[in-house]
Formats: sequence, structure tokens, C-alpha cells
Amino acid sequence: MSSPSRLRVAIIQFPGSNCDDDALHVLDKVMGMAAFFVWHKDGSLPDATDMVVVPGGFSYGDYLRSGAIAAQSPIMDSVRTFAGSGKPVLGICNGFQVLCESGLLPGALARNATLKFECRDVFVRVEGMPTPFSSAIPAGRVLRMPIAHADGRYFHDNVASLESASQVVFRYCDHAGGVTPEANPNGSLGGIAGVCNASGNVVGLMPHPERASESILGGVDGRQLFESLLMSFEKKAGGKQ
Amino acid sequence: MSKAKIVVTLKRAVLDPQGRAVEQSLSRLGFDGVSDVRVGRFIELKLNGVDASAARERVEGMCKKLLANTVIEDFHIEIED
Repeated sequence: MSSPSRLRVAIIQFPGSNCDDDALHVLDKVMGMAAFFVWHKDGSLPDATDMVVVPGGFSYGDYLRSGAIAAQSPIMDSVRTFAGSGKPVLGICNGFQVLCESGLLPGALARNATLKFECRDVFVRVEGMPTPFSSAIPAGRVLRMPIAHADGRYFHDNVASLESASQVVFRYCDHAGGVTPEANPNGSLGGIAGVCNASGNVVGLMPHPERASESILGGVDGRQLFESLLMSFEKKAGGKQ
Repeated sequence: MSKAKIVVTLKRAVLDPQGRAVEQSLSRLGFDGVSDVRVGRFIELKLNGVDASAARERVEGMCKKLLANTVIEDFHIEIED
């Protein structure tokens, strides 16, 4: 199905995932990776997996809390081991909620302060420690990506510790990069749109980079996350020689 | 058999926009003097073969692991024999 040199990306599917096909299309057809689905009831990830994506959607109909039931799925043990080995994991929207609920990422996502399902383009500023999904993007760069969520209000009980550990990777801002209350679509603490774990290999964000990866869809800023990932793998491969 | 009633609410430090919206609606309906409205979740379950103290311990485990997200939520448990 692919040459061995293509990056192998596992996209986890839960009942109610609905951005799984979008993620597969962008990673496989647009970015040239070898993307495939892994069902949530599967016991393990394929051995040759290079990266895991937990896609957006409404896993288990958002029962109990967004991402809460999916976080207990059989495949998540394998994702936890995968993440523990330092390999890249990306959670998008509901995937971010799943990763927080599973303890792979710090904090939690609560109901939007607006009480609305916020569905529109927003701007986020790239910052924090270098992660596989952001290290090739200059710090401070502003990206435009769509959001589509009701439960995106990021909360952490010690946000200062998160900030000082450089774990805030994406922050809602205006078009010029200014972090203002008006630019914060959901009431997230500190305007936090995306965070990483302590070692930086697990990243989650509410905006949808896979919906901003082709110009026909109105923007390509989201591609920078996937280009960054490709570059981080090239660098790693180059370093081994 | 024991029966557990569990109430999960957002922590005090976490803004409760649903509670605020309900409060505003109550005020519009003429219910004066209402403040501090919090909206939560109610869960009821039966536990077979455990006494009340063991039941409480098990339900606490359930709350910490699944029923509540202790980053943002508090839980309150009532056990009935």
C-alpha cells in the first residue's frame, strides 16, 4: 500500500468519530504519509506505527463528558505505551479531549463559556517548547484554523506551572498575534488552544489543522503542523546516519 | 445490595456557564433572590454483594476513574442500604 519510507500514521476510530476521514485524506493524499485506521477495540497498534492521531468528532455521543468513554477504550493502553516511548501523538478537537481524559495530556476541557457550539475560523499563536508538530514553525507565528466545538474551554488547576514548563503550544489570538479576551472563543484559561505533555511528544489542540490543509478549503495554515512532523522525522533519520 | 447516588458538579474555581444561564432565566421568570446556581450531573447505580462501607469505597474509585473528572469536577456520594 505504500513504500516503506512513507511515515505510517494510525488514526484511531471510535464510534462517533467524524473527522477520521478528513485526517486520513489530508495525511495520506495531501501530505504523502501512509495513513490507516485503527478501531478503538483493537488491542494494539501495528508495530510499524510512526505516529498516532486521535481525530475529532463526538466519540460515544459525548456521553458522561466529551472524550471520557473513549479514553477507556482498549486501544488507549497501546496509545499510552506508544506515547511513553516518546513517539508523536496528536489529538485534534475531540481527540484533544480524549487525551486529556486519558491523562496523556494535562488539564481538562469544559463547556464553552459562551454556551455556544463555536464553529468558525480562529487565529492561534505558536509558542512553547518545540514539539514534533510545531518545531519547524517559528515561535510567534499566527495560524488561521477552524474550530467546531462546544466543550473547548481549557482548564488546568495550576496554569502557571504549565506556562513555566513551556507546555502551552497554541494560544488563541487576533490576526496580529495579540492575546485578547475577544480573540478567545470559549473562555479557555490564558487563551490556551493547545498543550503538550512534559516531554513534548504528545500534543492536543481544539482547532482543526486537517480542515486547513488545502487551499480549496480556504486555507493551508494547518499543513504547517504536518510539515513540521515530516521535518522532525527527516531530522531524526538524518541524525542516525 | 447497596444503592449509590452520585452528584457531580464543577469545582467552585471553575466557571459554570450553564448555572449562570439558568440563574438569568430564573430571574427573567420572576424568581427573585436566586444566586450561585450550579448545574451538575446525577448518577444512580446498584451494587450487589457489598455492604455500605465497601460500596462507598468502590464508588469513590469509580468517581475518580470515570464518573467525574477531578481536574474540574467534585463529586458527592450517598449510599443507601
